[in-house]
Amino acid sequence: MTGSPLIRALDRGAVWFVLVLAAVGILVPLLNLLLPESSPWHVPTYLVALWGKYVCYALLALSIDLIWGYCGILSLGHGAFFALGGYAMGMYLMRQIGTRGVYADPIRPDFMVFLNWPELPVYWYGFNHFAYAALMVLLVPGLLAFVFGWFAFRSRVTGVYLSIITQALTYALMLGFFRNNFGFGGNNGLTDFKDILGFNVQAQPTRAALFAASVAALILGFLICRTVVASKLGMVLVSIRDAEARTRFLGYRVENYKLFVFTLSACMAGVAGALYVPQVGIINPSEFAPGNSIEAVIWVAVGGRGTLIGAVIGAVAVNWGKTTFTSGVLAPYWLFVLGSLFVLVTLLLPRGIVGTVKHYWRVWHERREVVAAERAEAAPKPAE
Amino acid sequence: MPLCERIIALVCAIGLLVAGALTASAQNYEAALAGFTKDSFNDTDAAIGAVAASGNPLAVQVIEALQDGRLLFGDGKVFIKDKTGATLDAAAGKPAADAPANLKTVRLNNRLRRSVEAALGSLTLMSPDPARRLEAAQAVFKSRDANALPTLDAALAKETDTRVKRALTEARAAVVLFRANAAENDKIAAIGVIKDRADQDARGLLAGLPAGQPPAVQKAATDAIASIDNRLALWNTVQNAWYGLSLGSVLLLAAIGLAITFGVMGVINMAHGEMVMLGAYTTYVVQEIIRAHNPALFDYSLFIAVPLAFLVAGLVGIVIERTIIRFLYGRPLETLLATWGLSLILQQAVRTYFGPTNKDVGNPSWMSGAFELGGITVTYNRLWIIVFTLVVFVALLGLLRFTRLGLEMRAVTQNRTMAASMGIRTARIDSLTFGLGSGIAGIAGVALSQIDNVSPNLGQGYIIDSFLVVVFGGVGNLWGTLVAAFSLGIANKFLEPFAGAVLGKIAILVFIILFIQKRPRGLFALKGRAVEA
Repeated sequence: MTGSPLIRALDRGAVWFVLVLAAVGILVPLLNLLLPESSPWHVPTYLVALWGKYVCYALLALSIDLIWGYCGILSLGHGAFFALGGYAMGMYLMRQIGTRGVYADPIRPDFMVFLNWPELPVYWYGFNHFAYAALMVLLVPGLLAFVFGWFAFRSRVTGVYLSIITQALTYALMLGFFRNNFGFGGNNGLTDFKDILGFNVQAQPTRAALFAASVAALILGFLICRTVVASKLGMVLVSIRDAEARTRFLGYRVENYKLFVFTLSACMAGVAGALYVPQVGIINPSEFAPGNSIEAVIWVAVGGRGTLIGAVIGAVAVNWGKTTFTSGVLAPYWLFVLGSLFVLVTLLLPRGIVGTVKHYWRVWHERREVVAAERAEAAPKPAE
Repeated sequence: MPLCERIIALVCAIGLLVAGALTASAQNYEAALAGFTKDSFNDTDAAIGAVAASGNPLAVQVIEALQDGRLLFGDGKVFIKDKTGATLDAAAGKPAADAPANLKTVRLNNRLRRSVEAALGSLTLMSPDPARRLEAAQAVFKSRDANALPTLDAALAKETDTRVKRALTEARAAVVLFRANAAENDKIAAIGVIKDRADQDARGLLAGLPAGQPPAVQKAATDAIASIDNRLALWNTVQNAWYGLSLGSVLLLAAIGLAITFGVMGVINMAHGEMVMLGAYTTYVVQEIIRAHNPALFDYSLFIAVPLAFLVAGLVGIVIERTIIRFLYGRPLETLLATWGLSLILQQAVRTYFGPTNKDVGNPSWMSGAFELGGITVTYNRLWIIVFTLVVFVALLGLLRFTRLGLEMRAVTQNRTMAASMGIRTARIDSLTFGLGSGIAGIAGVALSQIDNVSPNLGQGYIIDSFLVVVFGGVGNLWGTLVAAFSLGIANKFLEPFAGAVLGKIAILVFIILFIQKRPRGLFALKGRAVEA
């Protein structure tokens, strides 16, 4: 157990996982850009956008797994942080439209002209700079999570109470963002984007680059999470999850640990949202819907909470299933499948896919060791 | 016997007088009718006024016929064409056997139509039906037609119904107030009358007073407006409180079942809203069956639906408890997720079977309509829902307090192992408690089907609110749920006028989030050992 925390964090599984992610992040854009469309190995652009969306969801799932799997905080409002990050990015993209909007106003986005807003509200200032928007992507969800967590954890709101008030939080934000006078486009949200950093959002190379950026963010997020959970801090988090009162009595400031990991998780969710918006091309208040946040929790449960890798796998698997179901004749049955997933995973597969595999791997491994030890013990006996 | 004679003489005199008056009136009426036979607009106009002023009981019929183009004339006589097609003699009001064949219709133009309407307005002031008199008085209050003044005075003198009398007095005041040549004292008196009416119309009337009034009148009007504003503000408060009570009762209905499953059992049932929805759909099915087989029973449909909804939702609840929730006791977060999944399945099942559109659930006759109470309008369905909620609440309290099932439920809640060792079958009690909570949600669905859209999403709208009510009131405490529901309902309605519906709701949410920080276990927290159990 020596070396930098990062090295310590990378066990064999984690290294393999990062390598696979990196390979996907490099290969998919290359196969999309370099090969002609006739080639069997060509990846169509719509798939790049679709999988880019899954990668963003995976990052969101990772952020939920960090707090739920390792600290026992079940947030049913993480979609709010995701959406706030998305709105910050959306505001940047809106400012980039400039005079190409329907009303060709150089400063104000279309919806403000439409609603007769005389000038840009103060909180829209600065969003024409990418660096400022990027900072806000981290800062806004982080600050909200910090303030919310500061109140919640200090007064020891835990368990289902915390879940319910996080849900109320995202519900309140949804109601707010649906209002036109909030200045975020009302129920239409922000859309009709043109450029990001001077590149056309719709263009094939931009989409490939956004995909690569999302995968890079996912890898970075994964490494951060691994580092956190493998450090001593991570041990404290797990002990808070398993016995909060005992950890407190041992002298740890439980609320500070929780606050740190909750804020970190919210920032990650914000980044996921920010990468999601340019790939999907719209952000609207329905992203705040409580149902979305709960759905994100089930991705983690399916993949396996407290495994990090499982969160990524769960998010991709469930969303792939959703796309497959909802785009065909089976569309009316998707909610049955999703609902059954919630029920069956909690009842029959509480460890999730990755957790179950790990569990039986360990059981099998231990049994083999026991058998080997028995054999080693038993072997000399006949010789006697 | 001088007295006798005198009385007889008096009676005779009165009889003569009445007879004389009657014949005079009849002569006036008949003379007025002749105006219709001249076929000139000016004569017709005069005739309308004369007929209306004659006070003859046939006058209304004649003018109405004129309005509908059913008034005919020929041979110097006037006839009314009945709605059945029969021809009546306008002078006698009896079927005319000898009506000439070549009758002509009395013609109208726009000027005459206005006269007809004004005449009808003041004529209905004399109508024998009090409701029509009231309507006419209110119409005059709005039109302020100065020509109606004599009729108003006549009507006032005869009026016995107090409500109509008040409306007539107000109408007269409005007319006087807007007459240019009325005396200052009369105007001030009129302002006093209108001030007592104290509603939005009265305020509008006073505010619309033309400029150039004498200073005393002007001052009286300003004072009256201020006084009306005060009264209106008071009624507005009462109205808000009423709406708040109504919203609170809805919240309580939706949350009360949850107070059992979450509050007493500690089970997070995210499918609770779907139990409400099942109750609403049960009402729909019951009403459909009644409509198809026995429409006469429609007014009783809710009485049939309430026990059925309780059974349907309760049974579904017991099945859920037996198949899913009992495996998840002690794992609240997993219960939350599993029941959320369940709610998706139930919603989609209902959507697949009944279709995604709103279903038409009717109000029985005793639940539709409204009545006025002071300055507010009270609708019957809201009133009955408040009553119903309180009945359900009291029944539930009684059940928990006085029945064996309630006793066992409380025992299991307080100390499961001790209850089990006393011979209570705790697993069975768990099922029944969950069934009870779900059944009550079903009953809530019956009530909510009367005021909300019955669609597969019905329950979703209530789930967050219900949880907040239960958490705010304090888990495991039905009285806390009651207080929380009504205080949240009233607070919501009082915030709405200032902040708008959405911001008001957000403010409430933020308040509860902050409140939970301060008192994590709600308004009425359990104390002692039960807290950590």
